Amino acid sequence: MSHIAANTDTLKLYDEEFSSRFLLGTALYRSPLQMSESIQASGTQFITLSLRQQNPEQNDGEAFWQLIKDTGCKLLPNTAGCKSAKEAINLAEMSRELFDTPWVKLEVIGDDYNLQPDPFELVIAATELIKRGFKVLPYCTDDLVLCLRLLDAGCEALMPWGAPIGTGRGLMNKYQLKTLRERIDRPLIIDAGLGSPSQAAAALEMGFDGVLLNTAVAKADDPVLMARAFSLAIEAGRSGYLAGLMLQRQTASPSTPVLGQPFWHQ
Amino acid sequence: MPRVFINNKQLSVADNCNLTQLIQITGYQNQRIAVAINGEFITKTQYTQTQLSEDDAIDIVKPIGGG
Repeated sequence: MSHIAANTDTLKLYDEEFSSRFLLGTALYRSPLQMSESIQASGTQFITLSLRQQNPEQNDGEAFWQLIKDTGCKLLPNTAGCKSAKEAINLAEMSRELFDTPWVKLEVIGDDYNLQPDPFELVIAATELIKRGFKVLPYCTDDLVLCLRLLDAGCEALMPWGAPIGTGRGLMNKYQLKTLRERIDRPLIIDAGLGSPSQAAAALEMGFDGVLLNTAVAKADDPVLMARAFSLAIEAGRSGYLAGLMLQRQTASPSTPVLGQPFWHQ
Repeated sequence: MPRVFINNKQLSVADNCNLTQLIQITGYQNQRIAVAINGEFITKTQYTQTQLSEDDAIDIVKPIGGG
C-alpha cells in the first residue's frame, strides 16, 4: 500500500504533523461564507491570518474570528507588512497573545514593489523569535545562503517564494528551487506566487513538502472549486514525487515493443 | 492632559491615565485585541500598570484575513 493510501505520508513541521500539504490564506475572498467554503473544499488544516488596526465599532474582527474558529484549522498568524525585525517581532508577540499560538509566518518585507523579503532583517527576526519559543515559518526568497542562515537561526522549516506575492507567475527560478531542495533536508513549503494548480503540482513533484497560497484561490471565478483543484493538484504532485519520476531523455524510446514489429523484415 | 494617538487618531486623556482605562474609554473593552505602544508589544497583564505619556502612539489591532 502506498504512503498516501496508508495515510502515513504526513507533513511534519516542528513537532506537529499535518495530513494536508496545503496551507491556505484567509484574505481577499468576496464574502466570509466563500472563505469558509473554500477552506473546507481545500482540505487544509493550517490557515494564515493577520492583525490590523481597527476601530472599536468595527465588529468584523470578532465575526471573522468566529468563522475561523469554526473551521477547526490550526492558525498561522503572519507578520505581513512589517519592514523591520523589530516590527515583525512585536507583531508576532501580539499574535501569540491574541491567537494563543506559537506559530508565526514570518514576513519582513524589503521592497514595496515586489514585496521581496528583506533577508538581513528576516534572519535577525527569526533568530530572536526562535529564542522566544516561536515556531517560525519564514517567508524567504530562494537564495540558498539566506535559507542556510535561517536554518542556522533555528528554523525547522522554510517557505521560499515561487514568485512575488499575488503575481501568479509560478515557479520563477527552478534552478534555485531545485538547488534548495537538493541541499536542504528540512521541510520546504513554496509560499507565494503560485497562480494555477499545475504550478502547485510541479512544486510537489520537485520534492517540495507543501504550498501556501491565497490569491490564486480567493481571486478565482469560483474560489471553492479552485480550492478543490489545488488540493487535488497537490496530492497528485506529491504522489508523483513519491512514485519517482522517469529520467528525461534526449532521444525517443518506443514504449510499444519493437520485437515482432509487422512488415519489418531483415 | 496628555495627547496620545490611537491607531493614528489623536485623543486627549486624563493625567495618569493607564492603558486599561484607555481601552475602556475608547470602547475596546471585552474585544479581542492586542496592543503596542510606540512599537513595543504590551501584554494584557501590563495594561493597568502602563501609564500613558504625551505623544504615545498606540496600536490596537484585531484579527483579519491574511495570506
